[in-house]
Amino acid sequence: MEILPMKPKSLVDINDYNKDDILRILNNAAKFKANPDRDFLKGKVCATLFFEPSTRTRLSFETAINRLQGRVIGFSDTATSSLTKGESLKDTIMIVSNYVDLIIMRHYLEGSARYASEISPVPIINAGDGSNQHPTQTLLDLFSIYETQGTLENLTITVVGDLKYGRAVHSLIEGLSYFNPTFNFVAPEELKIPEKYKTFCDQKGIRYKEFAEFSIEAINSADILYMTRVQRERFTDLMEYEKVKNVYVLHNDMLKNSKDNLKVLHPLPRVKEIDQDVDDNPKAYYFQQARNGMFTRQAVICDLMRIEVV
Amino acid sequence: MRKALQVAALENGTAIDHIPPQALFKVVSLLQLQQLNNRITIGNNLRSSKIGTKGIIKVADKFFEEDEINRIALVAPNVTLNIIKNYEVIEKKKVILPDEIIGIVKCNNPKCITNNEPMKTRFHIIDKEKVELQCHYCEIKIKKEEIIL
Ligand SMILES: [Zn+2]
Repeated sequence: MEILPMKPKSLVDINDYNKDDILRILNNAAKFKANPDRDFLKGKVCATLFFEPSTRTRLSFETAINRLQGRVIGFSDTATSSLTKGESLKDTIMIVSNYVDLIIMRHYLEGSARYASEISPVPIINAGDGSNQHPTQTLLDLFSIYETQGTLENLTITVVGDLKYGRAVHSLIEGLSYFNPTFNFVAPEELKIPEKYKTFCDQKGIRYKEFAEFSIEAINSADILYMTRVQRERFTDLMEYEKVKNVYVLHNDMLKNSKDNLKVLHPLPRVKEIDQDVDDNPKAYYFQQARNGMFTRQAVICDLMRIEVV
Repeated sequence: MRKALQVAALENGTAIDHIPPQALFKVVSLLQLQQLNNRITIGNNLRSSKIGTKGIIKVADKFFEEDEINRIALVAPNVTLNIIKNYEVIEKKKVILPDEIIGIVKCNNPKCITNNEPMKTRFHIIDKEKVELQCHYCEIKIKKEEIIL
């Protein structure tokens, strides 16, 4: 008898997925992009438990379920839900898992989704646990890269902005680590990439360069330009923020000598870090990237529910 | 003289020797000695040829389980364990840091689920030499000197 490798039961952390898992999800996401309206979740009920509001993420998940003909129950923040008032997370999960086939949860406490996955009899998808993990964001980023570049292998990715607190960037580094990437880390002094991610890159043999300025060199060598928000509240020194706030902004003319295959990504919402004049450039890909989230989530949901995507 | 002997001699039990003085009371709490009714002798700031000053704990009629005793390695990795039977040391042991610590160390992250839910903490030992831990839940890393019991 052939022993098949065990697929993960829940998706809490991008590291729950190995290279094969990631590629399987991306290939299935491509199938959903070609044909998003399917009946794979007919007769199934999924819960979206948003202990912390995040409308964008919730709508993406709920649309993914609706397009698969599944049904959704849940709440969009704890202020309006009597279920969670004073009740432990464990009790909420135990009760809801009686009703549904899969739970998608977002919670302000770090590690909440890991704990839920240990006590829940049904699969858990982590839609963000505090500043810790948000793995479907990473998968949709990877899908957008895969789709636009035709591969994930040997690419140069320039990440710009808040590299210190930016969860999306940290997970992207981990997710891409299987594919021999080269990184350019572009960040102001106060928000530069933490030592532990540089150590991670060193251990995995991943090449990287650090830039203290948003230089044209970092843009022109890139296959992917991954922009993130530089938030005022992240700075201890507001003078420093005033200095950098207009420097880490992408304008259309900065792309004029970039590679033909370059795509600009952003986890959204953006504030000012990508000028509106970039939006019409065919290299701007952030809105399609957000749309890809839906297909990627369709793929993750089916994968955890052991539904074969044909 | 008789009294001194009574403290020193252990007929059966465990003597934990060479505890750094600043770690002694942490060892007491790690082993939850306050919950035992056994005869317990604790000495601290005793002279030691090996480490200058040391602490020592003797617990009569108690032989700890491996995973119980290995917790000590979190705060005092170089202690010596003497297993005593019939006034004789029948075994000398070193403590070994386990791969995982459950329910003893507190997570330093106030936004960690373990600090907000009635549940046990769980840490992976990611560096046995430096004694560095990582929370299984919120994933933060804790250095030896930051460990809170
Ligand atoms: Zn923790």
